[in-house]
Parts: sequence; C-alpha cells; structure tokens
Amino acid sequence: MIKLGRRKARSGSEPGKPAEAGTGDGSPIERVGHWVDDRLGVSKFTRSALDKIFPDHWSFMIGEIALYCFVILLATGSYLTFFFSASEKQVVYHGSYKPLQGVAMSDAYRSVVDISFKVRSGLVMRQIHHCAAVVFLAAIVVHLARVFFTGAFRRPREINWIIGVTLLLLAMANGFTGYSLPDDLLSGTGLRIAYSIVLSVPFVGSWLGYLLFGGRFPGTSIIERLFIIHVLFIPALIAVTLTAHMAILWHQKHTDFAGPGKSEDTIHGSRLWPQYAAKSAALFCFVAAVIAGLGGLAQINPIWIYGPYRAAAVSAGSQPDWYIGWLDGALRVMPPLEIRLFHHTIANPFFPGVVMPGITFALLYAWPFLEQRFSKDKAPHNLLDRPRDRPLRTAFGVSTITFYFVLFMAAGTDVFASTFGLSFQSLLVVFQFSLIIAPPLFGWLTWRLLKELSTQRAHPIQQPVGGRIVRTASGGYEVVGGEADGDGPAGGSALTPAGPAPGPDPASGRDPGPTPEPEPAGAATDTADAERAAAEPAGAAADRTPGSP
Amino acid sequence: MTDGHDYDYDQPEDAYRLEDRPAAARAVERRIAVYWGITTLAALSLAGVYLAGGQPQLEGLLLMIALGSLGLGLVVFARDLLPGSEQTGPRHEMASSEAERDATDEAFERGEMPFVRRSFLLRMLGLAGGALGFAAIFPINSLGPHPGDTLARTSWKKGSRLVTIDGKPVHVGDLSVDGVLTVFPEGATDDADAQTILINVGDAPQKIRPGRDTWSVQGHVAFSKVCTHAGCPVGLYRSTSHQLLCPCHQSTFDVLDECRPVFGPAARSLPQLALEVRDDGFLVAQHDYTEPVGPGYWNRP
Repeated sequence: MIKLGRRKARSGSEPGKPAEAGTGDGSPIERVGHWVDDRLGVSKFTRSALDKIFPDHWSFMIGEIALYCFVILLATGSYLTFFFSASEKQVVYHGSYKPLQGVAMSDAYRSVVDISFKVRSGLVMRQIHHCAAVVFLAAIVVHLARVFFTGAFRRPREINWIIGVTLLLLAMANGFTGYSLPDDLLSGTGLRIAYSIVLSVPFVGSWLGYLLFGGRFPGTSIIERLFIIHVLFIPALIAVTLTAHMAILWHQKHTDFAGPGKSEDTIHGSRLWPQYAAKSAALFCFVAAVIAGLGGLAQINPIWIYGPYRAAAVSAGSQPDWYIGWLDGALRVMPPLEIRLFHHTIANPFFPGVVMPGITFALLYAWPFLEQRFSKDKAPHNLLDRPRDRPLRTAFGVSTITFYFVLFMAAGTDVFASTFGLSFQSLLVVFQFSLIIAPPLFGWLTWRLLKELSTQRAHPIQQPVGGRIVRTASGGYEVVGGEADGDGPAGGSALTPAGPAPGPDPASGRDPGPTPEPEPAGAATDTADAERAAAEPAGAAADRTPGSP
Repeated sequence: MTDGHDYDYDQPEDAYRLEDRPAAARAVERRIAVYWGITTLAALSLAGVYLAGGQPQLEGLLLMIALGSLGLGLVVFARDLLPGSEQTGPRHEMASSEAERDATDEAFERGEMPFVRRSFLLRMLGLAGGALGFAAIFPINSLGPHPGDTLARTSWKKGSRLVTIDGKPVHVGDLSVDGVLTVFPEGATDDADAQTILINVGDAPQKIRPGRDTWSVQGHVAFSKVCTHAGCPVGLYRSTSHQLLCPCHQSTFDVLDECRPVFGPAARSLPQLALEVRDDGFLVAQHDYTEPVGPGYWNRP
C-alpha cells in the first residue's frame, strides 16, 4: 500500500518514468532495496518480477480467490487457536449462554461456546474463518473446472494439475477436521460416520480406526489429534503445495485464450507492477470484504444450538459442509449391499466412502494423461481451448459435474422431504435413478449442442468475419476492414447498441475500447487463423476418441 | 529465472488512462480519496465497536465496508492512474536444450555410475533403507490399542440392569405402549457402542425367530441403537409403522421383524439384546449382544 501511495504521488509530476536507480537518493523503499541488493543481489530478479506479464481474463482470478481465502483462513485461524481448547475433558458449563447452563460437555465445546459469546470479536472471527473455508473450497472447485474445460492442464502443465488436485484433497481434509473440532452434536455425528468408513476398509480397517481415534470410538483423544492435524500438518502441506503451484505457474507463465495479439510463443497482458498488483490487491480486498460481511451478518455453524456431542443423540437434518455433501449423498444412495466372503466382511460404507472417492481422485489425477492418450495430442499448449470447441471433453466434464451434483443433492434427501412434504423414500429412489440417467443424458445433450454450434458459421475464431468491430461515437457498432460477408452477423452494417451486438471480442472477452489496436487488424486475425489451423488436427483427433458415436 | 528480458520486447508507451486529461485525473483522485476516507472511518468505527464491548454483526459489516472501499479505491486507481498498457513478451520453451541435458546427465552419472557398477552395494543400500523404513512403522502402533475382538463385544453382561443416560434403572412398568427409551448397561453409560433402544410394542404381533422367543419381556424389545450402516444412533421411532429410522442416511428398520432393514443403505438387522425381568421388576440383560453391533468391518465374525 505504501508503495502504491508513493507511485501515485510521483506520477503527478513525471508519470511512468521510473526513478534513476543508483546512488544515495531515490525513495526510502528504493534505498532499502539497494541495501538488500548490496547483500543479496536481487535486483535482476526483482526487475523481471515487476515486469512479469499476466494475461487478463476474469476466469484467471478464481484461483486467486482461493489463495486469498487461504490467507484469511491463516489469519483468523491463528487468532482462534489462542482461545480454543483441544481437550475432551468433561466440564460443566457455567457461562453466559443460558440454555446450556449446567450442561456437561467437553472442554473443546465449552471453549468454542466461549469464543462465540465471551471472547470479544470471537464470534465474528470464527464465522469469518468458517465462511472463508466454505468459499476456499468453492473457489478451488470452480478453478479446477475452469482449468479442465479450457484444457489448461495440457502439456506442459500436467505437474501443476497434479499439485492442484492435491490441494483440493488437502483443503477438503482440512475443512472436515476443522469443523469437527468444536465437538458439537453435528460434527460428532460426522466423526462417527468417518470412523465407520475407516472401519470398512478391508484387512486393516479396524486397526486403522483404533490408531486414528486412540481406541474404540469415540475415545478421548480424537479432538487433540484433529487439532494438530488441522492447525499444523495440513496447513503446512497446503502452504508448501500452494507455493509450488504458484512457483510453477510463475515459471511456465499463464495460459491465455486465443485472440488478436495472442500466440503460442508470446504472452500478452499487463505487467505485475503496478497494474496487476494493484488489481490483485483490490481483489483480495473484495474477497475479504465479502467474507467479512458473511461472517458478520450470516450465521454459520451455530454449535450452541446443536449442543455438545453425545454418542446416543443425533438431530434430524444432519448435513455436512457443502464440499463433503457428495460423500454423504453417496452413502445415502448406495443400495444395501454388504459382501461376506470367506468369513470376512466388506461393509457397505466402503463402496461409497472409499471406492467412489478413490476412483474420483484417481481419475482427476490421471485426466491429463488419459486425454493425451486418447487425443494423441502431446504437443505443448499455451493457448486455451474454448469449451465449445472441444465437445467431447466438455461433454465429459458436464456429465461428471452432473454426477457429483446429484450426489450432493441426495445428501439433502431428508431436508427436501420435510421442506416440501415429500416422501424421503421416493425422493431417494429418484436420486438413485438420476445418478444413472442424468450424467450420460446431460453429457450427450452437451455434446450434441456443441457439435451443432461447431457447424454454425458464426464462429469468431474458426471463421473470422474479417475486419474489426469498433464502437462508433454514437454508441453503435461497426465493422471496418476485411471483406464484408453478406450473410455474416456483422455484415458490414452498423448495429445499434440495442441490436444483437456480436460483442467486441468474444475470444478474449475484452472490450478493445475506442482506441484502435496498434497492429493492423488483418494481421491479427491472420495470426489467430494460422494458430487455429495449426491446432486443428489435434483438436479433431480429440473429438474422435473412443466413445464418440 | 532466465526470463528477465520481457521489457525489451517492442512495447507500446506506458501511459495511464487519464494521462492527457488532468482535470479528470484530479476528479478521480478525489474519488479515490473518498473511498479510502470511508475505509478509514469504517476501520476507526470498528475499533470503537470493539472498545464499546463488541457486536458481531456490526463488526462484520464495518469490516466489509472498510475492505470493500479500500478495494474500490485500488481498482479505480489501477484503471485510471496507473500505467497499464497491454504488453507482449516472449514465452520460452520449457525443455532445456539437448546440450544442457547431456551436460546434466553427465554430471549426474559421475555419482550414479559408481553405484551402478557396484550393484551388490546398491542392493544392500536399498535393503538398509527398507529396513529403516520398516522399523519406523512400529512407533505408529502406539497411537492406539490393537482392536483384537473388542469390536465384537460391548459392556452388556448377564444381569446388567438397563439404565438411562443418567444412570436411573428402568422398571418394567416405566414405559408405556409405543414408548421408546435409550438405555445403557448399568455402570457403562459412557460406552457408546452399548447404547440400546428399548421399545414397548405392546401386543403388536412380532415375527420371532426360534431361539429368540424368550428375549422380550411383556412387549418390551431392545435393539442396538448403533446403525449397522455407518454407526449413527437410530433415534427416530415411528410408532404407527413400528419402524426405527436412522436420521443420518435414512436406513429404516422394522421393529416387529427383529429390526430387519426395510429401506436405505443398511444391509443388516440391528442386533437384539435379550431381556429378562428381575424379581424386583427391573429390566436386565440376559447376556451381551450375540453379534457385533454397528457397522461392518473386515474381521467381523
């Protein structure tokens, strides 16, 4: 912030000119920089870092939202550790919250009630922490979807895809361990289910369960163990993995969508300093603002209503945090199957609780290599696919998302049943059938739709209409240059703003604005065209992978 | 980093958007100052709210205003007053040159070859490492006891009185028809797997397997309350249909048919506890459950 302030002050007199580096004068920050450079020689790196170019597209910001959530999680989480007591020692509550007066509970639960009602600013910190976790996972999943649908995982970025999937796993694990810490009735039930899933693992399940819980459920040490896992092990792993994720991104440079001025061998966008840094700092502010607002105004996980965990109690309508919903839903839709073989049992939760997530993550990890194998496309790619140009991949993605969405919805069977007065039995059967029918159906619909789209002439990359669309002074749009295509949507005629404007630059999603681009338009479209032609054989192969009708 | 020369790439002049419009730039400066003024005010109010005793909703709201306003100022600053012309720079192929690779391989081989040539030593080293790793597994064992057959047993014993969670013994007349009560063995109300649901089904007709005809007392039947699916307490009893429902995953058990699962993911009946009534009228268990309670596991007998 200080740096920005200085830039602003100086830009008034001599804009855009960096101050002379070198001797004693220069800003205080520069003098500190010189002092550091004398000892570490970091100027060369710093210069290249400040000049680093980042492409601009809103969808590239989703991963950044996740990053900023992690920062917020660290800050609020550190604060909470000062007040949380990771102990299952039984105490009797004598605090300010009347309904729990005289109730026996674990010290962990007592401390979370105190954080919520006794510690000043404790509740808002706790709720911001929980909201940030919810948004963190959401941002990771949406970021993953963005990377998937645009093909950003292709060579040379397979390693970063693997690291990213690992981050998703770690974030889910830390979310689960985190919301289990208060030792309330809801999360205790979740732990009981987790224990049952561990028990179901063939050969070593019961042993694993006893190791994890320090004996038979519930034992007396699980909260202590979850605490150290939640505040040290997994966060440390996330920090290391996240650093690697960003270092690789930095080294390989960001992908970009095809468009005028974009090519496989160049990177186009704004510099890290000051434009990108300022915008990114602003994004942090907005993410933090939204989460702070949620943390203050929207109640999340009111553990004082659930009550302390008691093994024999449970409340109806027990749902986990959203990112565990797909697992809970899978447990519900699983048919009553238990395998008994040679005096051994493979218990029911093993299939939805271990096999299904195992396959999920195995597929996620393997995807870049599977796609390479089927598409025979092993070439490096820096330009992204538009999802509509890759019908098969997009259809597969849509069908996968449908599958997990049905599982997620199935986790709310009882809530839907009681809210809408339906029978939970029929609802569950509907979900079971949807799980089988909906994914292929939506996948096929997507594939058909995209195939249909690809035969349309109105394709800004495959068949550029020629010329550029510029906004006229009156606010309309007009095509200049190139041969006017009689039946094209732009057709050389000016369009009013109210009309179906084809959009300034659908490929890059940016409005080039009233100022003309520096390079001639024809050259730009030609480049894009050539790129496209080069990429075409690979893309065509991708659409002919096995399974395509 | 070897990509330190992006700035040499034929770039357009760095200029900020309002460069040629000083009046507009001054207006924007004022606007940004207002945003950051709002941030200052909201932040100070936040401190004031804390000093006054704290108020979660107000704290969240003020923090949102402070941060949002700070972000707005930054965005406008970046858009109008910071140089941000579009730049183009080169990308580099990730792979190193053939020569670089060969040189690296060569450097590596000066340490690799001595091992490869002495393959016996290499195998010994592998063995030694494996043995160390093997020895390092054992301390993990201290994390918890070996389960043995403990999962197959609960605290119920011959003659254990049925008590409520508060330790109050249950008398045969305590429970009206269609009433349910969660009970534990006396002295073991903390044994989560011993939790049992006692139901008075009255004279509703029950299907009773041979051998179990002496397990109920005057319409009282007792079943393990630990769901055989994923271990949740099967706490909801619908007296009209005599069904027990697990609130977690909706497994449903038919109480009149020895708690056979009739819906949901549970695959096994809830184990039944054999009851008898003592001369003084208190309900007791005849013995522990005859099968392991709760979800399945590999070594389940």
